[in-house]
Amino acid sequence: MNTKVLKILADNARCSIEDIATMTGLSLKEVTDEIGELEAAGLIRGYKAVIDWEKLDNASVSALIELKVIPQDRFGFENIAETIMKYKEVETVYLMSGSYDLCVIVKGKTFQEVARFVAKELATMREVTSTATHFVLRRYKELDVELVDGEQDDRGAYSL
Amino acid sequence: MIDYGKVLNPTVVNDIKPSGIRKFFDIAAGMEGVISLGVGEPDFPTPWHIRREGIKSLENSKTRYTSNAGLIELRREICNYVSRRYGVEYAADSEVLVTVGGSEGIDGAIRAIVAPGDEVIIPQPSFVCYEPIVRLAGGTPVIIELKAENQFRLTAEELRGAITDKTKLLVFPFPCNPTGAVMEKEDVEAIAEVLRDTSICVLSDEIYSELTYGGKSHVSIASVEGMRERTILINGFSKSYSMTGWRMGYACAPAPIIAQMTKIHQFAIMSAPTTSQYAAIEALRNGDDDVTTMVAEYDMRRRLMVNGFNKIGMDCFEPKGAFYCFPSIKRTGMTSEEFCEELLRSKKVAVVPGSAFGRSGEGFVRVSYCYSTDHIKEALSRIEEFLREI
Ligand SMILES: Cc1ncc(COP(=O)(O)O)c(C=O)c1O
Repeated sequence: MNTKVLKILADNARCSIEDIATMTGLSLKEVTDEIGELEAAGLIRGYKAVIDWEKLDNASVSALIELKVIPQDRFGFENIAETIMKYKEVETVYLMSGSYDLCVIVKGKTFQEVARFVAKELATMREVTSTATHFVLRRYKELDVELVDGEQDDRGAYSL
Repeated sequence: MIDYGKVLNPTVVNDIKPSGIRKFFDIAAGMEGVISLGVGEPDFPTPWHIRREGIKSLENSKTRYTSNAGLIELRREICNYVSRRYGVEYAADSEVLVTVGGSEGIDGAIRAIVAPGDEVIIPQPSFVCYEPIVRLAGGTPVIIELKAENQFRLTAEELRGAITDKTKLLVFPFPCNPTGAVMEKEDVEAIAEVLRDTSICVLSDEIYSELTYGGKSHVSIASVEGMRERTILINGFSKSYSMTGWRMGYACAPAPIIAQMTKIHQFAIMSAPTTSQYAAIEALRNGDDDVTTMVAEYDMRRRLMVNGFNKIGMDCFEPKGAFYCFPSIKRTGMTSEEFCEELLRSKKVAVVPGSAFGRSGEGFVRVSYCYSTDHIKEALSRIEEFLREI
């Protein structure tokens, strides 16, 4: 497998097949096949834009929820994790090492909406023993992309 | 009233030409929305762990002069690096000088070797500083015009033709700014063969040594039999670690040469910037992965750009080093300067005329790929439009 193609797409999912071929030295067909295989094998799961939602007036809010969960006899954390991930409010679910079990990132229109979701849906689950909700105040960097307009090209037009 | 014409050094006033890009700089300065492929420095920020060591050194009050030759830890790391990467051994205490960029190393080497009347062979097109510094030292530059049909490499025949009994020094500038040419092992050996039984020294400007593409690593001429004793190896951190503003470079050479260069450095500079020296130690100790990542990125841009130029009908030989393409503009019938000025005025794209790097650069332009792929593609499409309209 050619990880170069993956790296290019990870950096810019909109890069054209032609450009990927030129940049890697592969043929168009090789690149197309490669991407097809990566998708079929489930290595590439999707192509999404990195959006700075805070630039919108009615930006949504998100929160990171620490869940402590009683693992179930046969399934451990699988069942509960897969149940939680089905909610459309849930953006991310991780099983964690350390002082809590599941890390759930939840998105909503308002603080109240997120709080309500946690209280009504997550906290009430039989397996969940406690929740701690941390609201996101500001995003600085997401998926490798800096969301603060800081560094810019200060090199000038010419130098030898 | 002082008559400055009488005060100033006539060599500086008359024999040193202003740089070939000053005019373009002025035009571009008055324009909005210029998209540039015109710079000779990386776009990546200096890797964070390297910057952090610089910051840490400031926090720990490492704000004094270092020894003239540079921190001994840094000189040791330089020796390790040059040994592991290029297979040449130098002694940290007597054969290394830490300089203010490769630039100071070049200046010091030429001043240490060249006396009035000596000839210095300079292959061109090449970086712009060699000729003026030789003139300042009272030396005579002897120019070899490198040829596109040799992929801008220096051949043994060209070198032989330029040597006289006054020849003191050969400037050996590979990987080359502006052409992107590299000298492979056989090429370097052929040059070494010409020099072996002479006492001609070599100023090997290896500032782009990390930036080579296509699987072959840089070959230092100092690693070839009989060459170490006559070579001053110049390298630095600007290009390989994206550290242009830190002003960090070094020279490695036999002790008798370094002793004289250190004397000049001591009186002209004292010591290279201390903060930068601490950052440079970190670069050499833990910077290999950063270099690999940046080189992989340059390589992709290089392919994109060469392909782009060939597609729009500007012949471009495949550069194997540095971060420049050097496409021919001969089919436009314009001079390089005219081409660059027209392109800037009509499409707001900045590239550098090949003639800024010597007469043999006429008919070419230097295009840098130290830019994002989107930026490169936008510039290429403007150049394509330009070619269609002229
Ligand atoms: C061929 C060559 N040598 C030397 C230098 C000087 O670099 P620095 O003084 O930043 O090390 C440059 C910079 O553009 C260069 O292109």
